[in-house]
Amino acid sequence: MKNKQVLTSKTIENRFEVFRVVVAIAIAIAVALLLIFFTSKQPFEALYWFLLGPLKSLRNFGNVVQLFIPLTFAGLSIAVMFQCNQFNMAAEGAFFLGGLGAAIVAVKMTLPMGVHPVVAILVGAVLGAIVCAIPGIFKVKWGANEVVSSLMLNYIMLFLGTYVLQYVLLDPSAGYPASNQFPSTATLSVIIPKTGIHAGIILVAFLVVLVYLFMYKTKWGYAIRITGQNEKFAKYSGVGVGSTIILSQLVGGALAGAGGATQVLGMYTRFSWTSLPGYGFDGIIISILAKNNPAYVPLAAFFLAYLRIGADIMSRKTDIAPEVVAIVQALIILLVAAKMFLDKYKHRLIVKNSQEQLLQKEGA
Amino acid sequence: MADNILVMENITKVYPNGFVANKNVNFSVKKGEIHALVGENGAGKSTLMKILFGVETSDTGRILLNGNEIKIDSPSGAIKYGIGMVHQHFMLAPSLTVAENMVMGIEPKKFCFIDFEKAIKMTQDVAKKYNFDIDPKAYVKDLPVGVKQKIEILKALLRGAQILILDEPTAVLTPQETSELFIQLKKLKEQGHTIIFISHKLREIKEICDRITILRNGRAVGEAEVSELSEQDISNKMVGRDVILKVEKEHATPQESVLKIRNLTVINQFGKESLKNVSFDVRKGQIFGIAGVEGNGQSEIAETVTGLRSHSKGLIEIKGVNIEKHTIRDIRNLKVSHVPEDRMTYGIAGEISIKDNIISDRYFKNEYNKHGMQDTKKINEEVDQCIKEYLVKCSGREQPIRMLSGGNIQKVVVAREFSSSPDLAVVNQPTRGIDVGATEFVRKRIVELRDEGTAVILISADLNEVMELSDSLIVMYDGEISAYFPDSKNVTEHELGEYMLGIKKMSPEEIGDAIYEK
Amino acid sequence: MQNIISTIFSASFLFSILRLTTPILLAALAALITDRAGVMNIGLEGIMLCSALAGVVGSAYTQNAFLGLLFAMFIGSLLGVIMAYCALNLKTDIILTGIAINLFASGGTVFILYSICKDKGMSTSLASLTLPSIDIPLIKDIPFLGTIFSGHNFLTYIAFLSVIVIWALLYKTPLGLRIRVVGENPNAAESVGINVRKTQYYVLIISGILASLGGAYMSMGYMDKFARDMVAGRGFIALAAEALGTGTPLGVMGSSLIFGAADALASNLQVLRVPVQFIQMIPYLLTIVGLIVYSISKSRQIKKIYLQK
Repeated sequence: MKNKQVLTSKTIENRFEVFRVVVAIAIAIAVALLLIFFTSKQPFEALYWFLLGPLKSLRNFGNVVQLFIPLTFAGLSIAVMFQCNQFNMAAEGAFFLGGLGAAIVAVKMTLPMGVHPVVAILVGAVLGAIVCAIPGIFKVKWGANEVVSSLMLNYIMLFLGTYVLQYVLLDPSAGYPASNQFPSTATLSVIIPKTGIHAGIILVAFLVVLVYLFMYKTKWGYAIRITGQNEKFAKYSGVGVGSTIILSQLVGGALAGAGGATQVLGMYTRFSWTSLPGYGFDGIIISILAKNNPAYVPLAAFFLAYLRIGADIMSRKTDIAPEVVAIVQALIILLVAAKMFLDKYKHRLIVKNSQEQLLQKEGA
Repeated sequence: MADNILVMENITKVYPNGFVANKNVNFSVKKGEIHALVGENGAGKSTLMKILFGVETSDTGRILLNGNEIKIDSPSGAIKYGIGMVHQHFMLAPSLTVAENMVMGIEPKKFCFIDFEKAIKMTQDVAKKYNFDIDPKAYVKDLPVGVKQKIEILKALLRGAQILILDEPTAVLTPQETSELFIQLKKLKEQGHTIIFISHKLREIKEICDRITILRNGRAVGEAEVSELSEQDISNKMVGRDVILKVEKEHATPQESVLKIRNLTVINQFGKESLKNVSFDVRKGQIFGIAGVEGNGQSEIAETVTGLRSHSKGLIEIKGVNIEKHTIRDIRNLKVSHVPEDRMTYGIAGEISIKDNIISDRYFKNEYNKHGMQDTKKINEEVDQCIKEYLVKCSGREQPIRMLSGGNIQKVVVAREFSSSPDLAVVNQPTRGIDVGATEFVRKRIVELRDEGTAVILISADLNEVMELSDSLIVMYDGEISAYFPDSKNVTEHELGEYMLGIKKMSPEEIGDAIYEK
Repeated sequence: MQNIISTIFSASFLFSILRLTTPILLAALAALITDRAGVMNIGLEGIMLCSALAGVVGSAYTQNAFLGLLFAMFIGSLLGVIMAYCALNLKTDIILTGIAINLFASGGTVFILYSICKDKGMSTSLASLTLPSIDIPLIKDIPFLGTIFSGHNFLTYIAFLSVIVIWALLYKTPLGLRIRVVGENPNAAESVGINVRKTQYYVLIISGILASLGGAYMSMGYMDKFARDMVAGRGFIALAAEALGTGTPLGVMGSSLIFGAADALASNLQVLRVPVQFIQMIPYLLTIVGLIVYSISKSRQIKKIYLQK
């Protein structure tokens, strides 16, 4: 009796999810490729640089990894907050304030090498945690919608930051709005020569593991997950829902703040952010692609970083603007997060599989 | 002899999870009568009416209106056929005025604007025609419940409803408002409207209805003139058991009180007392049953004891501890378990694994955590043990729980709640909507739990279950205990039915025996 | 101190408030109707940006400002349809849909700009037109008030007229009634046969058109060209204005004016010691405070019902 491999429904669903993501990405990239093809005078060159540019030199690939670092921080931050079902967008403000806090520590404090950046990043993390916790507290205490309050908070943080930059940190000799130069004790040094990849990579790798363990192997992560899945169930089981929500925002904010700090100390010699850097919103795409699972965040972050650097390189070598990646990003969000995308196809698959399962049972 | 205005012929409806809601139901209503549709929760009345109002479609059967077969595929379709539904949960927008609520969807127009004067006039006209007294300009949020219901009725009448379906209309009304409603209904009848009156309040049915159809377990078991039946007759047909279930059970040897409830009063969001001055004890090693038609206060008892709801008055003591200021976790730490009535909303989180569902009440305890991390080995072992012991049919502990059948999902819930060796287990409708095999298993486990010394509160609308499993039982009616039976073997289902439906009520002394420790 | 008072109450200052309020007001009205229907549109920033570009491109190629405006409105409604399809048919969460539109716009507009003008920053190479300013006869001659209210761009008057239009739409038309019912109790709407999805589609399209007017104003009135990221967060400020606006068109107009005033104040108060950033913060702080007050009052209402007996 030939035993055809019959899959459990769960395996089908898992495989289908991967399939769906791949199709969504494929469609998004296909659209971008079409746009490039039709608007460029050198379409094939443009496509070449877009898709393969990052691999052409060590420097280029280093740029991908450099971008990978803050994107991973952002993805981890959003993943934790979204796992608790909170649409808190304040990661953007937390990232910004974390960078600012690290800059203040770098410029205003004198500490020995090795200790200096650690303190700076910790300060960044604490500030980020506070920023993200605020909308969480408003939601828990007063039921205030976290989408609006977090968006507002981002702007407040931005203005706070530009104020501090202008009146506390400003180095008038710099020639552009920037703080004093960071002392060498504070910056994160490049660890792989010729690539520009700084020590932040070690930190972020460590954090990916830590956050994964936190979410899936500790009781706090467990509480966050079940609260996000079904708040009523969590409450009924005895979980302190309010404190869990705030915890998730604190952790997410700390990750974003640490990300900002790492980015500032690793990539810059002065603090000069006068607008929100945008990583907070990138984190959303990454988290959606990674299905809010910290383990997949690096993959999604790398994918996005590769795309962005590829587009950058393409824009330098040809006549296409790198912003085409934004179109890809938008399409990916729309399709991957669409519950009904390819839904009919999924149903057909499942029905077909259960019919096969039935046949097998009857045949046995 | 009036003709049948509506006939629902041979209606069968099976839900995707296998639950048979209606089986070959025949339901016919004569023109101009008030027809009662009765049955316990789960008997099939809501499904039948959902099919009539176009919210669900039946698997077999057809609907005839004035002798002609019709197809109803949506609420607007039903409205076009003159069928109007007054839902139990009001379909109103509170921030709008009465007139706006009345005309929504059929707004009278003046060029491209709403003709508010006409809307107000339409409202006043239909109100006058049926002798309702309402102010079209009032805002719905300011109106009392009774008036809101009148608006719902008028809404249907405005849209030309000849047949009105009223779903448990008096559930939210005061006695005063109920009398008023009945006067309106009689007038409507005089004007030729037909009314389908869904209720389980037999006194009211006797007062106002002409004929009655009784549903039980998805089938129609009786159709008669109300005048020909006594309340006892109706009750017998409604709550009779098709099959007598015998449960192997040793005689209970209950000991000291585990749960003490004194003068418990709960006020619901409508301002009505859903529990009035309830007092009873539950003892160690006893299955204490709470019988009654759903909605008479049983859920409130379960919720206040387990901490899901706070109570306004009275005392709840678990093992001597007053739980008034306790959180749900505090209560669970007193070794209290809760098998909830709504397992899909409260009992599980559908998307996560069986394992994560089982450990939700214990994950934080020291014995499951080592150096800050979860002791995966111990957790896996325990979860596997639960799966094995409770015969959960699944592909493994990591499987998302929503893939399991209803019966297996309930087994997971029961596994979680019973495996912690509780001192008090509150079990609410444990076998509703699940298959026979799982039902038998769960009931067996409940008895075993009791033999291990747990105090079990068993709330069930299933007469079989509550009579066979309970050692002692009370009957809840309208927020109060209407009967207490120290030995459930000494009561017949007919008797129980009468207490459940408010036909009889015990004296305060007899009910007072439910308190063990004076 | 004397300086500030005379600045604030000068006619030109008040004139600039109305000018700065225009795009915010249009977008806030767009946010209002979608909020009332239960499909909050947070993609306004993106729609405004796309429409700003569309207006410039359209007017440049047709050499007609109004055709450019029409094209902008078309793009706005198209984006509204796309959002509706993604959120209502594909069931992407409405918030994520808005975020995606914003992302798409911020990059997509630069991409298109570059491919047309070979310039990533501005559309200077395009001979785009602006919409006319209107000097209202009679009013313009009134001292003080005339300087404030006359001479604004055509779209500024449209913006304030829209307050009345949206008010009439919401409270006086059948569609408006359905919008309010769908947002408050979709079940009630369905029970009388109102098509919830269709209503939400209409609302998203109308919001797209309103937002497009705001966007077109930016590139064809406030400025005379398109520049990248020129909307500069006004779409988000509009969300704040809507949140603060008590859910009514008049309230939204009031809160939009507050934001416009803060914007005007910020540029004028630079002479003062007060750092401009704190002025800029005020509207956002106000919104959060307003949000909290609103949420507290709502939860108190619920508690009241419990304790009534």
